[in-house]
Amino acid sequence: MSSLHQLTIEQASAGLAKKEFSSVELTQACLDQIASSDHRLRAFINVFPEHALAQAEKADLAFRRGEALSVLAGIPYAAKDNFCTEGFATTAGSKILEKYLPPFESTTTQRLKDAGAVLLGKTNLDEFAMGGSTENSAFYPTKNPRDETRVPGGSSGGSAAAVANDEVIYALGTDTGGSVRQPASFCGVVGLKPTYGRTSRYGVMAMASSLDTISHLTKTVADSALVLQSIAGRDPHDSTSSNLALDNYSEEIKKPVKGLKIGLPQEYFTAEGIDPQVKEVIFSALKKVEELTGASAIPVNLSAPNYALACYYLIMPSEVSSNLARYDGIKYGLSVSGSDLFDTYQKSRGQGLGAEVKRRIILGTYALSHGYYDAYYQKACAVRSLIKKDFEQAFESVDLILSPVAPTTAYKIGEKIDDPLTMYLEDIFTVPMSLAGVPAISVPCGESDGLPVGLQIIGQWFDEKTVLRLAHHFEQNRE
Amino acid sequence: MSFDIAQIDHLARLARLKLTDQEKELYASQLANVFDYFQKLKTVDTTGVEPMSQIIPLKNVFRADESAISTEEIHQKIITNAPNKSGRHLVVKKIL
Repeated sequence: MSSLHQLTIEQASAGLAKKEFSSVELTQACLDQIASSDHRLRAFINVFPEHALAQAEKADLAFRRGEALSVLAGIPYAAKDNFCTEGFATTAGSKILEKYLPPFESTTTQRLKDAGAVLLGKTNLDEFAMGGSTENSAFYPTKNPRDETRVPGGSSGGSAAAVANDEVIYALGTDTGGSVRQPASFCGVVGLKPTYGRTSRYGVMAMASSLDTISHLTKTVADSALVLQSIAGRDPHDSTSSNLALDNYSEEIKKPVKGLKIGLPQEYFTAEGIDPQVKEVIFSALKKVEELTGASAIPVNLSAPNYALACYYLIMPSEVSSNLARYDGIKYGLSVSGSDLFDTYQKSRGQGLGAEVKRRIILGTYALSHGYYDAYYQKACAVRSLIKKDFEQAFESVDLILSPVAPTTAYKIGEKIDDPLTMYLEDIFTVPMSLAGVPAISVPCGESDGLPVGLQIIGQWFDEKTVLRLAHHFEQNRE
Repeated sequence: MSFDIAQIDHLARLARLKLTDQEKELYASQLANVFDYFQKLKTVDTTGVEPMSQIIPLKNVFRADESAISTEEIHQKIITNAPNKSGRHLVVKKIL
């Protein structure tokens, strides 16, 4: 048997139920792993050992009493540091919130708390989830456990690195334009972005409200199904959350995949900047998928992804510029006193927010400003309608669509940070699904020069079960 | 496209951001670069296309208009975070 911290949710849950080990032992094993390597990786912003061990003891007591417990009970996890956790520092990776103590709990962490899960700590991220490398954290960059000279991806880079390095059993992230799928690809773990509206955004710091999707990172697809089951579903606190019934994901993934129709968007394989080796790994994964489904993939027409990228980088910053107006140095966070109220606002924000955040606020302010609103924001919203229509038409003839997650593998720390456009282009294969709101998973599918490559499996709205099913069969049959 | 410093100043003022001269210059050149990339959207024909702001077709999501209970404890948790406070109140500079 592996060491305790290396277990999956399924294995840990079975071991706890059979009393092979306790939640305290499991939690301690994860804390030891953090102590031994997180000073190098820096996946965490804050770790709560005492709180975690107390939660673990509570779970152990419940196990001893023979109470009916959730499959996640007693299992340690980490949350990205943009989930509000009552009484525990929540920074969003920003100086402006360095000392912020949320007076309330996010719905997702509350649901996990109710399930008896053990919150181990909060993970590093690009400030307010803006970035794809975790280098935009105001505190420090996180390193990729597979190669510490490289980025773990982002913005949920801390969560991905923590899972990949077995510091936690699973972790929560947020995916606005690829922020869970891309770090999953870079670190070689599983990252699921559910349908927009499947999970509740309540209590998670808003970046771009029409795109933000509460997501998670796990070691296996079966674990991803278990976490989704526990966190998804209608929340009265988030009026954009859907009341559609959940499926039994752990059962659904076992169903056969023979006969599933797979679509392949041609434009995604001729896009500028895709690494030929990554393309090769994806094509060999495609062959495996075709063997499993018993049929060749069907070409589907999605607009060239660079249109979606332009569309995304107008809509997202526009929403950012509005959402981040709340950080004004008055109600909470960093405050820098100025000559008058206006000056206090601009100084607090100027000093408290980092370079990428300010860049996006300026960009969004421009796209929404008088005289440019129609040409940029409104135009992008119309293009978004067309992108959604593309997916609707594609899904008339296929069940799932396959694509790369990222055009490259994990790149070197510092390699792209000085050129925003190059950085934005990394999101080219993940933003179309975010704009359309469809569910998509990144599942490890091979390596290029020793670095992990993720395969993206994209499904129809609220059809996470089929996405997970193919991902699970693919994972089980991978060489 | 190009942005001049005056434009960046105007946007920074709208967004309540105090920027250094160095930041202004950097953003002016970087945004010009990014907006050049955005020009490709102009080639997309969106005649008659309804702009979309909400992806999942939810309509008329209502809740009962009820008051919730607030307590001194909740009040304390909220006010604790304020950088500048006096008793139970936030302190701000005068606006009149």
